[in-house]
Amino acid sequence: MSDAMHTKTIAQISADLAAGTYSSVEITTDLLARIKREDQAINSFITVTEEQALAQARAADAARAAGNASVWTGVPMAHKDIFCTNGVLTTCGSKMLSNFEAPYDATIVENFNKAGAVSLGKTNMDEFAMGSSNETSYFGAVKNPWDHDRVPGGSSGGSAAAVAARLVPAATATDTGGSIRQPAALCGVTGIKPTYGRVSRWGMIAFASSLDQAGTMTRTAEDSALMLNVMAGFDPKDSTSMDREVPDYTATLNNSIEGMTIGLPKEYFRDDISAEMQQQVRNAIAEYEKMGAKVKEISLPNTHLAVPVYYVVAPAECSANLSRMDGVRFGYRCDNPQDIEDLYLRSRSEGFGAEVKRRIMVGAYALSAGFYDAYYKKAQQVRRLIKNDFVEAFKEVDIIMSPTSPTPAFKFGEKGGDPVAMYLEDIFTIATNLAGLPGMSVPCGQVNGLPVGLQMIGNFFDEARMLNAGHQFQQATDWHLKAPAGI
Amino acid sequence: MEWEVVIGLEIHAQLATKSKIFSGASTAYGADANTQACAVDLGLPGVLPVFNEEALRMAVKFGLAIDAEIGLKSVFDRKNYFYPDSPKGYQTTQLHHPIVGKGHIEIELDNGETKRINVTRAHLEEDAGKSVHEGFNGMSGIDLNRAGTPLVEIVSEPELRSAKEAAAYFKKMHSIVTYLGICDGDLSQGSMRCDCNVSLRPKGQEEFGTRTEIKNVNSFRNVERAINSEIERQMDILEDGGRIIQETRLYDADKNETRAMRSKEVENDYRYFPCPDLLPVIIDQSYVDAVKATLPELPDAKKARFESDHGLSATDAAVLASSRELADYFETVAAKAGDYKLAANWVQGDVSAALNRLETTISELAVSAEQLGRILQLIKDNTLNNGGAKEVFNALLEGKGDDVDSLVDSLGLKQVSDTGAIEEIVAKVLADNPKLVEGYLATPVDKRAKAIGPFIGLTRKAAAGVNPQVVMEVLKKKLEEL
Repeated sequence: MSDAMHTKTIAQISADLAAGTYSSVEITTDLLARIKREDQAINSFITVTEEQALAQARAADAARAAGNASVWTGVPMAHKDIFCTNGVLTTCGSKMLSNFEAPYDATIVENFNKAGAVSLGKTNMDEFAMGSSNETSYFGAVKNPWDHDRVPGGSSGGSAAAVAARLVPAATATDTGGSIRQPAALCGVTGIKPTYGRVSRWGMIAFASSLDQAGTMTRTAEDSALMLNVMAGFDPKDSTSMDREVPDYTATLNNSIEGMTIGLPKEYFRDDISAEMQQQVRNAIAEYEKMGAKVKEISLPNTHLAVPVYYVVAPAECSANLSRMDGVRFGYRCDNPQDIEDLYLRSRSEGFGAEVKRRIMVGAYALSAGFYDAYYKKAQQVRRLIKNDFVEAFKEVDIIMSPTSPTPAFKFGEKGGDPVAMYLEDIFTIATNLAGLPGMSVPCGQVNGLPVGLQMIGNFFDEARMLNAGHQFQQATDWHLKAPAGI
Repeated sequence: MEWEVVIGLEIHAQLATKSKIFSGASTAYGADANTQACAVDLGLPGVLPVFNEEALRMAVKFGLAIDAEIGLKSVFDRKNYFYPDSPKGYQTTQLHHPIVGKGHIEIELDNGETKRINVTRAHLEEDAGKSVHEGFNGMSGIDLNRAGTPLVEIVSEPELRSAKEAAAYFKKMHSIVTYLGICDGDLSQGSMRCDCNVSLRPKGQEEFGTRTEIKNVNSFRNVERAINSEIERQMDILEDGGRIIQETRLYDADKNETRAMRSKEVENDYRYFPCPDLLPVIIDQSYVDAVKATLPELPDAKKARFESDHGLSATDAAVLASSRELADYFETVAAKAGDYKLAANWVQGDVSAALNRLETTISELAVSAEQLGRILQLIKDNTLNNGGAKEVFNALLEGKGDDVDSLVDSLGLKQVSDTGAIEEIVAKVLADNPKLVEGYLATPVDKRAKAIGPFIGLTRKAAAGVNPQVVMEVLKKKLEEL
C-alpha cells in the first residue's frame, strides 16, 4: 500500500498534485474517509471539518486549473486545537472551551489558508496543553498508533498520533516544555519547535506566554521545512515575534554536514536512562560521524534546575493566562449561578480539569505576596543561568543532540497518580523552552517495537541547520519511514 | 486635640489617543455598548496586546511637564483580580518600572503663596470596562467600550494638608494635562478621576495615621467636599477614642458623606508579575528630547509671563493661565487689541460672566477671540464707548450678526468724537440752559467737578453717541470761558 495517498509526505503530495496524479478533492476525500474509519480507535481529532475541507480542496483544484498553484495548494493538513480557527470549534482540549467558536483565525492558520492548504480539522491535545500523555484532554486520551495501550505523549499528542497513523501528512503543534518533541518521539514522527519569537503566537491559546511556541508535526524533516516556510515570520500582532528575515528552509536541506560539531551534554545521558534508549541515540550520533560530523562532550551544568524552574514559571504565567476563562463572555458557564462569585467559582471548578487546576494553584502560590521573590523571581534568575549554559555551549558546538524523552511511550495510567513523575517526562526538552532555543525530534530507532526520538537543540534562529541535519539523517536511515503495524 | 490632615491623591487621566493602549479599537466616548471592543478588549482566548506608542509619547510628555525622571526602561505588569468588567482577569499596568518617576508641581494657596507637591510616580495602564446595574432584571450588564482605554495614574506624595489643597492639586493636574493636550479633561465623562487617601494624625506626630481611600471622585468640588466629610468622620471617631479602619470608601455627593464599600475579609493579593506578552519599553534620551521639543508653554510659565511681560496682577494671571483654552483666547484678544490689561478685564468680566450664564465653554462661545479683539480695538480708538462695546458683545452672543464693524454701524453705536461737532452741541446746551449755567458759576471752584454732571447728561441727550470724554473736555473749556 506504499502508493496509497495517505502514506505520502507533503513534498510528494505537492508533486503529485502538480503532476495531476490525483486532485486535492481526491486526497482530501480519501483522508477524511480514513479519519472516519481509523480515528475512532485513536481519537486524535476533536473536530473534523469535512465540509470546509472539501470546499478548500475544490478551491485549490480550481486555483491549480487556473494556473495559480504553489507548493501548498490543495495539500491536506490539520491544526492542533489550540489554534483559533474562524467559525470552527476551538476547545484547547478543555470542557471550558467545549463550546467556543473562535471569531478569528490564528496568524499561522491564516498563513496556511493563504498558502492554499486544506485543513481537515482540529487535533486532540492535553487540556490547555498541560500534560505529557494526552490523558488530560476533556475529549478523552489519544491512543498511540504503535500500541493503543500506550500514550502518544503530549500535549500535541493528537497531532503526533494523526501524523503517525497516516491520517494527515502534517499537523501544526505547540511546544511549551516539550509538547512537540516528546509526542513526536513517542509516535515516531518528526517535529520542530522553532526559536521563541520565530512563529507568531497570535490566535494560539496561551499556556505560558514566555515559553509557548508553535511548530510542526510531520513525517520528514523536509516536510517540517515546508511547514516552517509558511509559519515563520514577524507578526505585528505579536509583540514577542521577531522581525528577522525568514530563510527558505528547504534550500539548505541537502547541505553537507561535514565538519558540523555535535555537542553531547553529559547531563542528558543519565544513568537512569535505559541502556537500550541510550544506544539508539548513540547509533544515530554514529551515523552523523559517518557523514563527517565531529562529536564533543559538553556540560550544561544547570540542567537539573530546568524542571523545577519550569514548574514555577509555566504555572505562574498560566494562572494569569487562564483567568479570562471566567464564564462571563465565552466558554463554559455553570448552571444557575447565584451571583458573580458563584458564577466564577463553579464555572471554573466545573470547567477545568485536575491538572489545569493544579497548575493554576501552584502558579498563583508562586506569585503571591511574600512568595514572589522566593519562587517566581528566583526561577527567572535561574532561567538566565540555564540559558547561559547554552550560550556557552554554542561557542563550541553547532548543534546539541540527546534523547528526546527518557523512555519510549508508556502505558496509560502509568504516571497518572504522580504528577512529578509525569513532569520528568520533559526533563530533556524543558531547558530548550526556558532558553528560547529551537528544538527538534526525529525518529532514530526503536526499543521493544516503540519509536525512540533523537533530540536536536540548535542555536537561536538556527532552524535551517537542524532541518538540514534531520534531513541528512533521514536520507541515510529509514526510521522515519517506519509505520505502526497495519498501516 | 489638634489634628493634622494628611492627603495623597491618585489621579487617573485617560489619554487622548485615537485607539486603545493595546488594541486598535477606537477610544471615542459615547458609542453603543460593546461596539468599540475588539477581540483583544474582550480578552478572547489567543489574543495578544500590542502597545500603542502614542500612549507612550503622551506619558513622557506628562513626565517632562512635571519635571520628572523619565523611565528609559518601563515594564508592564499584570495585576491579577477577577471582576466582570476586567475581561482578562488581570489589568495590565506598571508596578516596579513606571514610565514616569519622581516629579513635582506647584499649587497656589489661599494666602497667595505657592506650595510644591511632589509626585511619587505616574504609570501607564489600561482602563476597565463598565458594569451597568440598571435595566437587566437584577443582573448586571457589561460594556467593554472603555476597556483598554489608556490611562496615566498619577500618584502624589502624602503632602496635601487640606481638602482645599487637594482640590487645588487636582485642578492643577487637570490644567497641565489639558495644556499638554494628552487628556480631554472632561470630568463629567470620567476622563479624569481621583482616588483620595485621607488620614489624620495629632499635630506634631511624625507617624501617619490609618488612612482610608475614597474611590473615583470626579469633580473638583466633590474632591473638596468628599475629603472634608471624610476628615470630619475620622475626627469624630478619633476624638471619641476610636480607631480608623483601613478601607475603601465611596463618596455620596447627594448626602455629602462617604461610606465603606463592601469590605473584603482579606486584603487583595494582586500577584503582580511582568507581562510576558509585552516587551519592556526601552527609550533613549534622544526620544525624550524629541518629546521635550514638543512641549507647549505650561500654566506656571504662562502665568509668570503674563505678570512680568504684560503687568497683570498675580491673581489675574493665575486665572487666565489656568486653562489653555482660556489663556489662548485671552492672548488672541490681547494681541489684537494691543492692550493686555483691557483684555484681561474683559475676559474675566463679560466673557467669564457669559460663560457662567450660558453654561458653556470658551471654545463654544459665540464671540470669538478675534471678534472681541476687534471690539477692544474700537474702544481703544474711541469708536466705541464701554456701553457700546457691551452692546456689540451681547449682539454677537445673541447671534445678531458676526461682523463687529457692521454691528457697530447697524446699532448706531459709533461715538461722535469730532471736537468741532461737540462744541456746537455744547454751545447750544449752554445757551438753552442759562439757569443751570448761573448755578454752575455760583458753585465754588472746588465743587464744580460734581456740578458739571447735569451738562454732560444734557449733551448726551442732545446727541447720542458722543464720546463722553470729549464732551467733558469741551464742557470744561466752555464753562471756564464763560
